[in-house]
Amino acid sequence: MADRLLTFSVFRYNPITPEIPPRMQEYQLEETMGMSLFIALNRLREEMDPSLMFDFVCRAAICGSCAMLINGRPGLACKTLTQDMPDRITVMPLPVFKLVGDLSVDTGVWFRHLNVRTEAWIHTDKVFNPKSIEARMDNPTAQAIYDAERCIECGCCIGACATANMRADFMGAAFLNRIARFMIDPRDERPTAKYFDVVGTDEGVFGCIGLMACDDLCPMEIPLQGQLAFVRRKMAQMALKCKKSA
Amino acid sequence: MNWSDAHISDVLVIGAGLAGERVAIEAAMNGHRVTILSLVPPRRSHSTAAQGGMQAALGNVAMGYGDNPDIHFEDTVKGSDWGCDQEVARLFCELAPVAVRQLSHWGVPWSRVVPGKRTLPDGVDIEDLQEKAGLIAQRQFGGTAKWRTCFASDGTGHVLQYAMDSVVIKLGVAVHDRCEAISLIHNGDTCFGAVTMDLRTGEIRPYLAKATVIATGGYGRMYGVSTNAVINEGTGMAIALDTGVVPLGNMEAVQFHPTGIVPAAILVTEGCRGDGGILLDKNLHRFMPDYEPVKKEIASRDVVSRWMLHHIRQGFGVDSPYGPHLWLDIRHLGPGHICTNLREVHTICQNFLGIDCVEALIPVRPTQHYSMGGVRTNKHGEAYGLKALFAAGEAACWDLHGFNRLGGNSLAETIVAGMAVGERVADFAGEQSLIFPFSLVEEAMAAQAQRLADLRSRKNGAEDVFVLRRRMEETLLNNVGIFRTGADLQEAVTTLQGLYERAQHLRLRSSGLGPNPELLAALRLPGMLRLALCISFGALQRTESRGSHYREDYPRRDDDHWLKRTLAYWKPGDPMPDLQHEPVNITELPPGSRGYGEMPIEAGD
Repeated sequence: MADRLLTFSVFRYNPITPEIPPRMQEYQLEETMGMSLFIALNRLREEMDPSLMFDFVCRAAICGSCAMLINGRPGLACKTLTQDMPDRITVMPLPVFKLVGDLSVDTGVWFRHLNVRTEAWIHTDKVFNPKSIEARMDNPTAQAIYDAERCIECGCCIGACATANMRADFMGAAFLNRIARFMIDPRDERPTAKYFDVVGTDEGVFGCIGLMACDDLCPMEIPLQGQLAFVRRKMAQMALKCKKSA
Repeated sequence: MNWSDAHISDVLVIGAGLAGERVAIEAAMNGHRVTILSLVPPRRSHSTAAQGGMQAALGNVAMGYGDNPDIHFEDTVKGSDWGCDQEVARLFCELAPVAVRQLSHWGVPWSRVVPGKRTLPDGVDIEDLQEKAGLIAQRQFGGTAKWRTCFASDGTGHVLQYAMDSVVIKLGVAVHDRCEAISLIHNGDTCFGAVTMDLRTGEIRPYLAKATVIATGGYGRMYGVSTNAVINEGTGMAIALDTGVVPLGNMEAVQFHPTGIVPAAILVTEGCRGDGGILLDKNLHRFMPDYEPVKKEIASRDVVSRWMLHHIRQGFGVDSPYGPHLWLDIRHLGPGHICTNLREVHTICQNFLGIDCVEALIPVRPTQHYSMGGVRTNKHGEAYGLKALFAAGEAACWDLHGFNRLGGNSLAETIVAGMAVGERVADFAGEQSLIFPFSLVEEAMAAQAQRLADLRSRKNGAEDVFVLRRRMEETLLNNVGIFRTGADLQEAVTTLQGLYERAQHLRLRSSGLGPNPELLAALRLPGMLRLALCISFGALQRTESRGSHYREDYPRRDDDHWLKRTLAYWKPGDPMPDLQHEPVNITELPPGSRGYGEMPIEAGD
């Protein structure tokens, strides 16, 4: 790997200057040991083009800021090492989300909107009593909730999803996983019927066409297909129950 | 300026990490209209990177039975090397259990107590009792007499932030992400809000409020190597200092975490050592018991980091292309433990070291991690010097941590301070009516517009922002680290003064149009250099060693002269901070022995 000269082909477009059309711009860098796309893109910015826009926050693959298309596949740039890549690396912004500029996309607004739409918070009639000890929970349940809660809302599963790319109203694997998280949480008192209104539709779990790219590309390795299947099963049971009682 | 651009709310919170969101929730629950500004979507805040957990004296686990806020208080004061405000520490320790339980009510999947007998890695047999089954589990952290740190695997910050943000969303609190406060609007007596830049468009707007809260976290990225996220550039502290009337407290108190991985400088949690992990040198010798026979690897962070660097200086570091390091060994904890309770550490080692830490040693080195210093406030979170300005969390010097923060006390501080300061903010906003002098707002906007225009015109100066910034990072890293001397600190002050002067003459290479990254870097750099000077000059003046501030030329704590807090002011136009001091509030526990870190480090290392 020593002495490799890497070519980066980077998508450029700045909405502030709409007269300059979107384009691919090429840069070259000498590869260094342990180089990640975090290191490479920052070097491009500081040494060659200080106007280059991209998003990094934690640079440790835990905050979800730096998802982009890397040689065509959604992934987190901070944990992508150049040693695992060919000499030529193409980076483009994640699709589906609104472009802020160059490689930067607006995931914040998208995810907040979906969190509001799916009411992704604990629904309970219980009132917190600061004087009493905590309600008990068995540890396997806590771990199962944690497993789903590990989602970092990076958007890789959304950018990779054929349905989400075709239809703006599809909530995608991230939110079906989020729904599954609340379904298994005993603190959330929502009856299954309540979830049905939100996800028992084409915009929700029945919009999935089963290509499984979400599962393949999740940087947190959350078993998204399993989570989707869980929600789908719950919804199907609910639908059958409604049919019987009708 | 266009007045229709002004954004008005009751409470303006700058920063959407745990402290900011908790303050916002308290204010919103009291019926106030709250706006949160954030550089990034709240769930990307640096709070999410916290791994190991949050201290609260619940006494739920075998090694924590009998714990109570008194013991937590004593640990915190000793950890701070008697630099903390004891009234604040007392309030904090009493409230922390309530905070943890409320978070459980809001949906945090805390790991839970599993009853039964087991043997710890050091051979001690323990039994968790059936009567505690299903309560919130707790692990050991450094510098504590009891196992007190509540956790959710090792993704505690992440799940806390997600639960907190879910409450923010539920309450309908407005969050303006990709927004940066670039100056405070004030008249020298009262704060009226902030001038902010929209990081989507590069335009500036006034945000006006009855109460303004700074909760922007730390400045770790000013050090060239830090565990901190890239957004941790001290912007909130800088705009407070910039007012000329609000002081920063104890900026010389900088924490270095013992276990940043090499070379990526990503944190692996103190929980690794708390759960039984050990530190090894190049001969695979466990060296910490040689220096700290009682606490070993779980003395406080300042002490462990110091001994690690000392041991490296003695020639026992492992050589690598990135300089010498030591090993963290958690292999003996076994895959069952590592893949559940240290799961994110396992993933980080895979992603950034290409190793499986179930089978391999982890290369680590002490790394800049946390700022005990910050915007000086009273115990209610009210900033010194300006009415209607508050601060909370790492951005504040409340002052819970003194000269060394205990692991697990920062997550706890964000939430507890959020509750306590939030209550004060809510009361304050309830008593005030919204008043602001129009001309003051227009002047504040005009001043910032002029700064932007100057930079975008690319007429003045020839200095490159990235070059100066890198020089600042190197200076702090090399001269204001774990071991400090008068000569090194003087050199740092001189270098930083030079950089500060040069930073008045920045010239952009790019157009600076819109939310241009070079423009943003240029806007932030002078403020960062002011903070760097507060840190370095404060460290130079403090001729003693206390907590994380270790002077090789003054290796002892000096309570006769230095049982006091540094307050750094920056008068407009001055080239240097003005340092003043105030006494430390000692209400319960007089200065004494910490019980660790006592062995002298020989001179001439």
